[in-house]
Amino acid sequence: MLQPRSIHSSLSFKDKLFSIDYILVFSIFILGLVSILAMYSTDGGEFKYHTNSHILRFFIFFGMFIFISFVQIRFWHSQSYLIYILFFMLLLGVKYFGLTSSGSKRWLDLYFMNLQPSELMKIGLILFLAKYYHRISIENINQLRFLFIPIVVLIAPLILVATQPDLGTALLIAAGGLTVAWLAGVRVKFFAFSGLAFLALLPIAISFLKPYQKSRILTFLNPERDPLGAGYQIIQSKIAIGSGGLFGKGFLQGSQSYLDYLPEKHTDFIFTLFSEEFGFFGSLFILFLYAVIVWRIVKIGNETRSSFGKLYCYSFATAFFIYVVVNMMMVLGLLPIVGSPLPIMSYGGSSMMAIMLGLGIAMSCKVYKDTPVN
Amino acid sequence: MLSPGSGNTVIKSKLISRRMFLLTAAKAVVMVGLVGRLISLQINQATKYKSLSDKNRFREWKLAPERGAIKDFFDTKIASSEPLYQLHLVPENAKDLDNLFVRLKAILNISDRKVSYLKRLIKKQKPWEPVIVSENLDWSDFSRINLFLHELEGVEPIVSVARTYPDNSSAHILGYVSQISAKDLQTKDYLKELAVPGMAIGKTGLERKLDEQIIGKVGYQRYEVNAFGKRIREIKIDEGQAGKSFKTTLDYEVQKYTNELLKDKAAAVCVMDVYNGDIVSLVSSPTFEPNEFVHGLDKAYWNSLIKNEKKPLANKALSGLYPPGSTIKTLVALSALENKIIRPLDTFRCKGKIELYGEKFHCWEKDGHGIVNLRKGIQRSCDVYFYEVARKLGVDRLSETAKRFGLGKKVLSDFIEERSGVVPNTKWKKKFIGQNWYLGETLHSGIGQGYFQSTPLQLCLMTAQIANGGFEIKPRIIVDGKNDDLRNYLKYKNENPNDPLPTDLLVSNFDLKPLFKNQEHINLIKDAMFSSSNEPGGTSYRHRLENPKYTFAGKTGSSQIKRFTEAQREAEVKQESLPYKDRDHALFVAFAPYKNPQYAISVLVEHGGSGGKTAAPIAKKVIKKVLERHELRRSANNQIGEAV
Repeated sequence: MLQPRSIHSSLSFKDKLFSIDYILVFSIFILGLVSILAMYSTDGGEFKYHTNSHILRFFIFFGMFIFISFVQIRFWHSQSYLIYILFFMLLLGVKYFGLTSSGSKRWLDLYFMNLQPSELMKIGLILFLAKYYHRISIENINQLRFLFIPIVVLIAPLILVATQPDLGTALLIAAGGLTVAWLAGVRVKFFAFSGLAFLALLPIAISFLKPYQKSRILTFLNPERDPLGAGYQIIQSKIAIGSGGLFGKGFLQGSQSYLDYLPEKHTDFIFTLFSEEFGFFGSLFILFLYAVIVWRIVKIGNETRSSFGKLYCYSFATAFFIYVVVNMMMVLGLLPIVGSPLPIMSYGGSSMMAIMLGLGIAMSCKVYKDTPVN
Repeated sequence: MLSPGSGNTVIKSKLISRRMFLLTAAKAVVMVGLVGRLISLQINQATKYKSLSDKNRFREWKLAPERGAIKDFFDTKIASSEPLYQLHLVPENAKDLDNLFVRLKAILNISDRKVSYLKRLIKKQKPWEPVIVSENLDWSDFSRINLFLHELEGVEPIVSVARTYPDNSSAHILGYVSQISAKDLQTKDYLKELAVPGMAIGKTGLERKLDEQIIGKVGYQRYEVNAFGKRIREIKIDEGQAGKSFKTTLDYEVQKYTNELLKDKAAAVCVMDVYNGDIVSLVSSPTFEPNEFVHGLDKAYWNSLIKNEKKPLANKALSGLYPPGSTIKTLVALSALENKIIRPLDTFRCKGKIELYGEKFHCWEKDGHGIVNLRKGIQRSCDVYFYEVARKLGVDRLSETAKRFGLGKKVLSDFIEERSGVVPNTKWKKKFIGQNWYLGETLHSGIGQGYFQSTPLQLCLMTAQIANGGFEIKPRIIVDGKNDDLRNYLKYKNENPNDPLPTDLLVSNFDLKPLFKNQEHINLIKDAMFSSSNEPGGTSYRHRLENPKYTFAGKTGSSQIKRFTEAQREAEVKQESLPYKDRDHALFVAFAPYKNPQYAISVLVEHGGSGGKTAAPIAKKVIKKVLERHELRRSANNQIGEAV
C-alpha cells in the first residue's frame, strides 16, 4: 500500500474512465435536468432568457466538471495557493472595478459573463487550507504560529466579501474554511475561543450592518412583524411550500410563483417553487439527490489516500451540504434570509461554475485516488 | 514516494476520519430536521397554507345590485334604476395619454382642470386601474365616443345603472340615495355583507325605509390576481339579484300638480283616502333635486340647500311641527259633546275677548261674534266660544280625544324623519316641564296654541277619521295587500239602509274601531265644517267649490309664531305687514266630497298668515285635482281586489 507507483504511465485513459464515480455524475446530471424544469417554470412555461441561459451554463460547466475530473490531482495540489491568490485578486478587483447592483458590489464584468468571485472563493479557501494542513505535521497543527496563516487567509476574503456587502456568502466561505481546520485537527478550544470572540464582537458587527440586514434578522425572528415589507419573502415562501402539500400543485401550476408572490424565484427561492409544484415528495426527491451527492463525495474522501484529497473532499462535501441546508432552512423559514443560492438548482453562473469546479476537483481525487500528491 | 512524515499521514488520516464521522452524524441530524420541517409545512399545515395561498390568489369584486323601482299607484315609476353612460380610461391600454386627452377634449366637453386632476390620479394609481373620465354622459356624447372609439385606445365606454327620479315632485317622501358612509356600515347590519364600494344606499324617506329589501342581492366577480393586484383571469361570476320593487299609494300626477302649486312657498300638503288611509299625495316645499345626490353632491348646490331659510331638505309634512291652531276646534267640540260638557245648541256670547284672573284672551274677531253656538263657533272659528268650551272641558279630556284621533304619535312607522308632536295635558306638563298646569293654558289649548304640536300628516289623519264617520284607519304608503274593511262596511250599510248594526257588531263583523261614543256627534262636526266652507260667514267661504261633486268641508287655522302685543292689536296690524318670519303659519284641513267623503286633505303654509286666505285656495285646487282622478283611482283599486 505504501509502494510508490509510477505516476504518469500507470493510468490509461480507459482506467481513468472506469474510475469515475458514475453515481455522482448521474446524480448531478439529474439534478441539472430538474433545475432546468424548475427554471422553465419560473419563466411561466416558456423557453425564455432564464431557462435558456441556465441550460447553456449547466451544460458548459457540466462539461468543465468532466474535464477537470481528468486533470491530475497533483496539479490542483501544487496550484492551490496560486488559485487562492488568483481568486483573492479577483475579489480585490471587485472592490475597485466591481459592478454595483441593488446596493451591493459583487460582480466583475468579464464581457461574456458577470463573474462573482466570492462564489469561487468558497472553493479557493478550501483548496488553500487543504494543502496547508496537508503539508504541516500533526504536532504543529495546534501550535499558535501555525494558526496564523489559516486565520489570515480566512479573515482576509471574509472582510472583502462582507463589505460588498454580502454577509451570506461571507459566512458560507467561512464555513468551508472552518471545516478544513476542524477536520485537520485544530483543537476544539480554538473554535470555542473564536466562537466567544465572535460573540464578543457581535454588537460591534451589528453596528456595521446595513439597515436592511438588521431588518432581515429581526424579521426572521418574527416574520409577521412587517408582513408586506421584510417579512413578505419568508411568509410567501412558507405559503408556497405549505400549499404544495403532499403531491404539489403540478408542473407549471404553482400559483404563488406564477402570480409573482414569490420573490427571487429564479435564484434563492427556486426550491420553494419546485416544492410548491411537486409537493412533499418532490422536495424529498431533491433532498435525496443532494444527499447522494454529499455521500459520494465523502466516499471519494474515504477512498483517496492523500491527506490533501481527504481534507478537500470531506471539507467540500460538508461545505456543499451547508450551502444546501442553509438555502433550504432559509426558504423554510428556519434561518434569516441571507441570500445564498441552492447549488446547481439556482440561477447564477458563478455559483454553478464554483460548484462544478469543486465537484471536478473531488472527482479528480477519485480518478487519481492512489496517486500521492507530492 | 513517501511524504516527509508518512507515519504521520496515517495518524492524520485517522484523525480526519474521526472528525469527519462527527460531522456526518451532525449532517444526518440536520437532514432529519429538514425533513421534519417539510412534513410540518406540507403535510400537517398544508390545509392552512392552501387557504392562505387561495386568499393570495383570488380576489372578489362585488357588483352593486340594481335597486328596485318605486312606483306610484298607477304603476308609473317614480324612482327607478336607469342606464347610465360612463367613460372609463385604463391607463395601461393607452399608448399616448397626452394625445388621448387632447382627442377626448375635442370630442367631449372636459375642462382643463378635470384633465390635470385625472393625470394626477393616473400617476397615483396602478396602471391597470381605471379612472372615470366622465360619470354621466348623455346619449349623444356617448354615441359620439363610440363612433371615434377605434382611435381612442385605452378608453372604455361603460353602461351602468344609477338611481333616477323623473322629477323632484316627490323628493321628500321618496328620499334620496347616496354613497355608503362609514357610519352607515357601522349602524346598519344588512349593509355589512353587501357593502360594495361606491354603492348608493337610501338615506331618507322611502329609500331609507325600504332600503334593506329594495337594495337587492350583491353579485360578485372572482378573479385570479397577481401579487400586484392585477386581474389575471376571471374565475367565476355571480350577477346577484335586483332589488324588490314597491308600489306606493301615491298619485304621481297629483304629486306633480301639488308640487307646482306650492312652488317657492315653504309649505306642505297631505291627501289621504279616508277609508283605507292610503296616502294619495304628500308634498313638502320647497323641494330639492334628488338626482343630484346620486353621484356625490355639488358643493355649491349643497350650500344653497342648507342656507335656504325655507329648509328645502326638511320633509315638512312628516317632520315639521306646528301648533294645530283652529283646526283643533273640531276635536275640542267633539270632545265636549262626547263628554256631555255642552249640547250643540248651548250658546256663549263673544264680545271679542274674555278675561280670566286678569289675563285677557282675545278672539280673532276684534268686535266679537255675538251669540255663538257650536255650529257657528266652528263656522266662524270663534275663539271665545272655544275658550269657554275648553275651560269647561279641561285639558285632560281634550288630550284624550286628540290622541285617539292620531295626534301626538307617529302616523307612519319607520320613517326616521317623522316626528310625533305633542298633545299636552297636566301629566305631560308635570313630567316634561316640571310645572303645574294653569287654567289659562287650557284656554290656549282650546284654540290649538300653546304646547300643542302636530305635523300636517297628523292633521290630515285627524280630518280623515272625522270624515269617514269616526273610525280608526291605519295610514299606509306602500301597497301591500288589501286594506278595505271600512269600505266593506260602507257597502253593507248602503245595501241595508234600514238595518243599522249596533256598534259592537260593527267591531266584530268588520274589524272596525270606532273612535266615537255617539256617531251623531261626528256628523255634527262634519256639518259645522260644511258651514265653515260653504255658508256665508264661514272662514273659507270665499274658496268653496260649488259643484256638489267637489264640495268640501273644511276648517281653517293659523298657528301663532309670536303673540300679538296689545299695541299691535289696537292698531289692527295685518299679518301681511309683519316681517316674513313673524307671520303666522296658515293651516287648512278639509274632506271631500261632503256628501260622500273620499279624501281628506291638510295644507300648511309656513308664515302664510291666515289659513282662509293662503291655505284654503291651495286645498281647493288639490281637492279638485284629486277628485277628478277619483274614478281612475277606484278602478285601479278594483284591480288589486279592493272593495270600491
